[in-house]
Amino acid sequence: MNSKDNQGPLWEVFIQSKPGLPYKHAGSLHAYDKAMAIDNARDVYTRRKEGVGLWVVPSDQIVSVQPKDAEAFFDPADDKVYRHPTFYTMPEGAQHI
Amino acid sequence: MKPIVKYILRWADDALIMSHRLTEYCSHAPFLEEDLAISNVALDYLGQAESLLNYAAQCDASGKSGDDLAYRRQEHEYYNCQLVEQPNTDFAHIMVRQFLYDCYNEETYTALKHSSDQTLAALAAKSLKEINYHLKRSTEWMIRIGHGTEESHTRMQSAVDTLWKYTGELFEVDDLDREMEAEKIGIHLPEAQKRWERAVRTIFEKANLQIPQSGYMVTGGRRGKHSENMGYILAQMQYLPRVYPDAVW
Repeated sequence: MNSKDNQGPLWEVFIQSKPGLPYKHAGSLHAYDKAMAIDNARDVYTRRKEGVGLWVVPSDQIVSVQPKDAEAFFDPADDKVYRHPTFYTMPEGAQHI
Repeated sequence: MKPIVKYILRWADDALIMSHRLTEYCSHAPFLEEDLAISNVALDYLGQAESLLNYAAQCDASGKSGDDLAYRRQEHEYYNCQLVEQPNTDFAHIMVRQFLYDCYNEETYTALKHSSDQTLAALAAKSLKEINYHLKRSTEWMIRIGHGTEESHTRMQSAVDTLWKYTGELFEVDDLDREMEAEKIGIHLPEAQKRWERAVRTIFEKANLQIPQSGYMVTGGRRGKHSENMGYILAQMQYLPRVYPDAVW
């Protein structure tokens, strides 16, 4: 595949494996429009019973963190263990927590 | 051969030969996504053919298996329509062939769902889920490349001009059809034809395609007479089981 290929824009595919579960990124594909993208997603990614729900999103509509910003975005969380709710004792016999 | 066996074979052979033609195209589609999609459709038809051939073998009760029926008949013992034999000339021919056939399947299997034969009715209901999707896909392609560019439109119209003459025999009614319909096993083809024509005209209009003026129609498939393509198809399809009769997976 190269930039001269006329295969349409890139789309990202998300699959829901069971009702109620979150959609997970499965991969990407090429298609010329929405109708073709969802058909292709079905044929490329759900042939073996992978899912019960399917989303396609134009790749250029996804906003992502630039590598140069990664430190500012993610490193500050490294030393904030107190943000995990692990600093209290669970009452014995407590359920449904 | 019992009438019902021959009747089931007409349905089964359409699916079998269509599957073979589409399988030939595996790895030749214009891009990866389409290649997988067409191969999927081919496998759907192979599954339908397998179920129908096994059922035909069961009704035949002559000791032949579904595989025997698939691989060990002579050309004149296949009863598929000639539309599904037509070659993969280019992507336009493949899609027009597919659309005409999907549309035919949609109408005929919808009717077969009400067959008094419970196995056929159940197989029809199961196949329809796949057929609905096939038709959605080929309809989108018809409209997409029917418009498209000047070249894509020209190729589509040329495919229509070539393939239209194979649509007549889809709706030919003979004694077997009448007998099966009388027993409520078979479907009423003229009704399916009306719906088919309406659906095809609607999409042709949307795809900017013209139905050829000539009324000439090819006939013979349902009686075992085929186009010259069929011999080549069977030669390839039957080679292995004939050379190695005991071959197993």
